[in-house]
Parts: sequence; structure tokens; C-alpha cells
Amino acid sequence: MAKSIAQDSLAARLRSNELYAARPLTGSSMESRFSERVVRGLLFICAALSILTTVGIVLILFVETIGFFERVSLWEFLTVTEWTPLFNNAKYGVLPLVAGTMWVAVIAIAVAIPIGLSAAIYLSMYAPRGVRNVIKPALEILAGIPTVVLGYFALTFISPEFVQRVFSDTRLFSALAAGITVGILIIPLISSLSEDALQAVPSGLRDGAYALGATKLEVSTRVMVPAAFSGIAASIILALSRAIGETMIVVLVAGGTPNWSADPRESMQAMTAYIVQISSGDVPRGGVEYQTLFAVGLTLFLITLALNVASYFIVKRFREVYE
Amino acid sequence: MTATPTARRATDTETVRSLNGSETIMSVEDLKVYYGNFLAVTDTSMNVPEKRITSLIGPSGCGKSTVLKTFNRMNDLVAVARVEGRVNYYDKNIYDPDVDPVAVRARIGMVFQRPNPFPKSIYDNVAWGAKINGYKGNMDELVERSLIQAALWDEVKDKLKESGLSLSGGQQQRLCIARTIATQPDVILMDEPCSALDPISTLRIEDLMRELVEDYPIIIVTHNMQQAARVSDITAFMTLTEGRSGTLAEMGPTDEIFTSPRDPRTEDYITGKVG
Amino acid sequence: MAVQASPLKGSGNLQRRKAVGTIARGAFFLATMFGLVILAILLIDIISDGYTWVDRDFFTALPSRFPERAGIKVALMGTLWVMGLTALITFPVGVGASIYLQEFAPRNRITAIIETNIANLAGVPSIVYGLLGLGVFVEIMRMGRSVIAGSLTLSLLVLPIVIIASQEALKAVPDSIRQGGLALGATRLQVVRSHVLPSAMPGILTGTILALSRAIGETAPLIVVGAVAFLTFTPEGLDSQFSVMPIMIYNWTARPQEDFHSLAAGGIIVLLAVLLAMNMTAILLRNHFQNKQIQ
Repeated sequence: MAKSIAQDSLAARLRSNELYAARPLTGSSMESRFSERVVRGLLFICAALSILTTVGIVLILFVETIGFFERVSLWEFLTVTEWTPLFNNAKYGVLPLVAGTMWVAVIAIAVAIPIGLSAAIYLSMYAPRGVRNVIKPALEILAGIPTVVLGYFALTFISPEFVQRVFSDTRLFSALAAGITVGILIIPLISSLSEDALQAVPSGLRDGAYALGATKLEVSTRVMVPAAFSGIAASIILALSRAIGETMIVVLVAGGTPNWSADPRESMQAMTAYIVQISSGDVPRGGVEYQTLFAVGLTLFLITLALNVASYFIVKRFREVYE
Repeated sequence: MTATPTARRATDTETVRSLNGSETIMSVEDLKVYYGNFLAVTDTSMNVPEKRITSLIGPSGCGKSTVLKTFNRMNDLVAVARVEGRVNYYDKNIYDPDVDPVAVRARIGMVFQRPNPFPKSIYDNVAWGAKINGYKGNMDELVERSLIQAALWDEVKDKLKESGLSLSGGQQQRLCIARTIATQPDVILMDEPCSALDPISTLRIEDLMRELVEDYPIIIVTHNMQQAARVSDITAFMTLTEGRSGTLAEMGPTDEIFTSPRDPRTEDYITGKVG
Repeated sequence: MAVQASPLKGSGNLQRRKAVGTIARGAFFLATMFGLVILAILLIDIISDGYTWVDRDFFTALPSRFPERAGIKVALMGTLWVMGLTALITFPVGVGASIYLQEFAPRNRITAIIETNIANLAGVPSIVYGLLGLGVFVEIMRMGRSVIAGSLTLSLLVLPIVIIASQEALKAVPDSIRQGGLALGATRLQVVRSHVLPSAMPGILTGTILALSRAIGETAPLIVVGAVAFLTFTPEGLDSQFSVMPIMIYNWTARPQEDFHSLAAGGIIVLLAVLLAMNMTAILLRNHFQNKQIQ
């Protein structure tokens, strides 16, 4: 009896709304709206910080590079094939550094495309689920090894024990050894992203090809790979961009002297390696050496940016819209 | 189709072989299909005749698509699937160890629930299966003939180089039929081929099936009873056992199954009491 | 029609295709194993080169010109300082940014620009961040070659990764949770704070730890902002000079003497052990919360 009275009175009080703060339909109290807006503003600033980072990168690279071009002509920078900023008779032709970078990147991608793509096909089409669930994370461990560690491995093992034995007349420090090591580094990038692209192909295409009497190899290479083309191409371009920006491996094993040469068995200096070499010493701001860092850095940034944009458009342009 | 096949129960092995000169091209004996530990299809035997359209109908989950996929070993692609019993192509069990599933699929073509043209040109979609199967004749001729047979030629003859994905859903499905015909199969399996299509496209595919059956026996799975009644000569009704496994309830000439079913479960389903 | 008992074993054509298929399968398998074999060789090579150097003195000794006296104390302390600060900076900022983008941002052009921009930043070479740090933090803001300049640089480097990972974690929270909260009259912020964020936290933590494990191995940007290898004191504050493990390893590897190479291998063993510990933590954390959610 008593209980039911208590309930009744609670019901009445609930109905009368006296247990709640005033709740007008046109918005809550001012203070909670204010604090909500402050928090929201702070969160926005966190997100907008990324824009600030980009602006910072672009500004600092351009400002110092403009200073550089007040001393050195753009023409010299882009056409002369000697890079000797530390000499008395300094030459500022960036081509040897670009060539060093490109040799390493091209060799790396030549190593990584066949191996990475084959692994992607194996993982998505052939490997039993259990095997795939072990191998894929294991390959990603390889991608997570710090590049300075791979640089050590390149210098103490890959170059002397493999590259120098297989390719005669190769120096201990060579674009070839650096390229092969960077290739190993980017294999997981290609295999992992390409495997994702292959998995994303609608299973109806796979079944359709099997139903026509195609073998697994034919289904893989002639239906699945072409169907996943945009994703695979994007993974390759991203890997190339990664190879171009890679630093510690090329610092340790590609060599430390700019070399305008067509022989990757020689030692060459890449753009990233030059930046590390110069900034390891004391470079006062305002000097031409300091500015060369940013001129080379801007060149590197523009090349990788172009590749990232290219991969974006390839994905957009070639992505098949499946019904 | 003027000939009316005689009524027989499907489990009777003599059944369809005597259907007005139609010989059995494929048959199933004591089929059991497991997915892992789950028995998806059990105790199913049936004969599929030449020059006829055979439809598999039944409530969802009754295993009709599973049975269809045993006819060309597409079940092999499902890692956990296991098949017991015999599935005969003429008198060869296609699950025998010396049989190559790739060779089976080259003979027994399949059209899927959702149109799945390859992201290639219309021409290459049709030519590809023939090419990998070692077709040595004139490819242009084969592509044209297959597209004509699939009733698609007039709509695409001026744009053979365009992507197969540029076509409408109904056209895509006819392209998939053309692609199957181009490999010269002995049987065509169709797994709910119209379920993703609009009514007009559906009618076109049904007309097409009636034309194709002159050359190719067709086995079709459909959830649409009207469709089974409209297009098929033979109907197999599948149902669920108490253990939720699919099984064949009865099989016979379509008009008899729909007008005077012998199994009460068929009657319940057809009259809409269940399913 | 005559019954043609055509064999289903396949013609010569098919047998040839199958043979090619078998060879290709073998090749694909070898390619897959290639990376793993290299990984195994790398680990064996490094451990056999360096394990004798990893003892108590290795952790307490300062850098030295003589390999037998050299140790990683300064570098290890530097790494702890830099990573601690980087975590303190990236976690709140990264999570804040992801909450804004995932829960509050209007679907307009500014949001689209921010998101594209974050994706692009993830593709900028790390050494370019080093130049940003050198130009802005070290020189313009006059922080010098200090712990804080290095930490800020690394923070900017890993922020895109933290944001993307946190956004994924927030995306995975079912919308029904948000709608349930909103239907009770809660504000968006209340819903995020008391329901969405707790559900997403394991994913966010995992993503952050993995991002930091990338930062701990970064060498190039810290060389550019002025971390040095040869220091005889550990950091005492934000403006101290510093060294970190990867730079120590780089410096030892770059020397010609064989003994320093072994020393580098010893340093690598320690660095990899730390990395392994971080990854294990991330995995355990994820599993722990996953199990909890199921119960």
C-alpha cells in the first residue's frame, strides 16, 4: 500500500517536471552551449593544425629556396651536371643528386614490383586463410623495421655478401646495393596494398571467370589483376614515392659523393643523403649551404607531391564502378 | 514445346530418360553437401534432361543454389564446402579424383545472380572464355554469333570496344549469357539470373532461355514461382528437413508440379501457405 | 543426341595451362616467402653480430671513441625524452582532430580540404619534416637543437598517422550508440565524451602506439633538426641538446671500424626490443578490449 502511494507521488512529480531543470525547446542554458562551442573550437584547431603544417612546409621551403635563387640561377640549378657547393669554385647543378635518387628508386621499384605483386596474388588467391593471416602481418613487420636498421643490414650484409658477389665490379657503396635494399623495404607496401585491391574486386568477377573454365592463374592474372588495376597502380606509385623519400638506407650505402654517372654499380649521392650530410654539420642560417638544403628539399617535395597527386588521379580515373 | 513429358517422381532413376526422347545429361545421386559441420543439402537425387529447362525452386535456405553449384563444381571455391554422393555428367562422376574442375566448368557454363561482366570491352568479355579454352576459329565470327544468340547483337554491334560495365543491368546479364555461350558449353546453369533485373529485362531473358534451350539444356534456380512456371519444362521442388538441411521433395513436369503436386509440402509452398 | 563420353581430364591445351599454373603458383609462393626470408636473415645477422655487446655496461656507458667503453645511456635517455614529449603532444591533438573530423565537421569544402591534406601529409618524406623543424622550430622560433624542437618535429610527422587511425576507430563505433544518446536529449559532445570515445579508445590507443613505434625509429628528421651522436650528458630539460637511439646506431654504422659495427648491432637489438614491446602492448591492448566487449 505504502509503496504504491510512493509510486503515485513520484509519478505526479515526474509529470509536473519539477525534478528536471527547465528544458525549453529553443535551446539549453547559455553556459552549456558556450562550453560546447569552446570545445568544438579547440577540436577544430587540432584538425586545422594539419593545414598549418602544410603551409609551414611549403613556406619554409619556398622562402629559403627563393633566397638560394638570388645567388644561383634556376638555369644552373636545373641543367649543370655538377653539384659541389662546398668547393671554392662551387657548382650548383642538382642533376647528379636527382640522378642518384632516381637510380636508387628505379632499381628499388624493379625489385619490388614483381616480388610484391606476386606475393599479393599469392596471398589473395592461393594462400589458405590461416597462412595468409600469419604471413601478411609478418610482412608488415618488415615494413616496420626502422630504415637505419635496414641501412646497417645493407652495409654489413646485402652489399658485401650479395651485391658485390653477384654483380662484378660493384663498389661497397653503390646505388645498386641501396636500390635493392630500398626495394626490400617497399615490397610489403606493394604486396599489402595490392592485396587489398585484389580483395576489393567483387567476387562475382572471380566466379564468372572460373565458370568459363579458367584456371586459377588465368583468373588471377587476366581478370583479377586488371580489375584491381587502379589500386595496384596506386600502390606502386606510393611505393615509388616512398623510395624517393627514403633516407637512411641511401645515406649509409649509396655513397656520399654526387656522381653524374650511368653506372649504378658506382657510388652516388641521393637528394636525401645530401640533406643529411650537410645538416649533420653546423650550418648557419642565411648561408648558401643552409639554403641548398631547402632547394634540394623543395625539389624532393615537388617530385613526391607530383607522384602522390598522380596516384590520386589514377585511382579516380581508372576505378571501375561495379554495379 | 508441344511435347508434354509424363509425370514421374524424381527419385525414380528411370524418370526423365524416357521424356519423349530426351536423354539424361546430368544426374545427382544421394547428394550431401556440408559447409563445415553443417549439412546444407541431404538425400537429393535427380535427373536433368537434354533440351529442357529444369528449374529448382523452394523456400530460401533450401539449398537450391548449393545444388546448382555442385553441377559445375563451383562449390570447390568455398573452402569449407564438402560434397558426398555422385554428380554425373553423362555417366561420369564429376567429383571423381581424376576429373579436373576447370575442364568441368569449360563444359558446364554458369550465369550468376548479379550480372558480373569483366571490366573489359564487350568484345573481350565474349572472346575471353573462348580464347583461354583454346578456340582456334575466327574470333570475330564467334563473338557475333554468340551476341546474336544472346539477343544482344543489335544493341551493341556499334560499340564492341566499349566497356561491358557501360551496359544496363539487363544487357550486362545477356552479355554474361553470350560469354557463356561462346565457350560452347553442354549445359548452362543459371543462378537466379533475373533477380537483380527489372520486369522488362526479365521477360527478355526468359524469351532468350526458350530460344537457347534448343541448343543447350538449362538448369535454373529461381525464387520466383511464376518464372519457373513460365519458362521451365521440369520443376524440382526443394524443401527443408527438420534439421534445417535442404532436400528434394519432388520433381516432375512443371505443369503437374504446379497443378497437382503429390507432396503436401509442395502444395503448401505453391499455394503460399509457407515460404 | 549421341552420348559423347568426352573425358573430363582436359585436353592437351588444358594440361599445358595447368602446368603453367603450377609453375606460377610456385613462383608466387617463393615471392611471398622472399620478404620473410630476408627478415629472418636480418634478425639472425644482427643478433649474432651484436648480442655480446648487450650487457649492463652497454646501458650505463656514455659514448666513447673506444668501442669497448661505449654505451647507449645518452641515446636511450634522449629517446625516452623525445618519445615521451611526442606522445604528450600527438595524443591530445591527434584525438582532438579526429573527433572534430569524424563527429562534428560539417560536410563542406573546408573539411574535405583538411582530410585530403592529412592524407597528403602522410606521404611527405620524413626528411622534409626535418627541414620544417630546422627552419621553423630551430631557427625562426630559436629553440635551437633541443629536445623540444626534435619532439615537435616528430609530432608533426606522426600526427597524420594518429589522426587517420583514430578516425578509423571512431568510424567503427556503430551509429546506433550515437542515436541512442542523442535520443535521450544529450548534446553531441556529451554523446562523444561518454559513449563514442570510450568505445573507440582501444582502437585509438592501438593506432597511437603504432604511430609512436614508427617515430621511435626515425633518424633523418632528427639529424636535420640537430640531434647529435656524441654527447656526454643526458637531457635535463626541454632545451637540452640530445641524441637518440637511431642516431647512435647510424653514427656507429657509418664508422669504418668493424667493432663499431658490432656495437651498432647491439644498439639495434635494444631498439628492436623496444619496438617489439610497443607492438605487443598495442596488440594485447586491442585483444583485451575486444574480449571485454564480447562478454
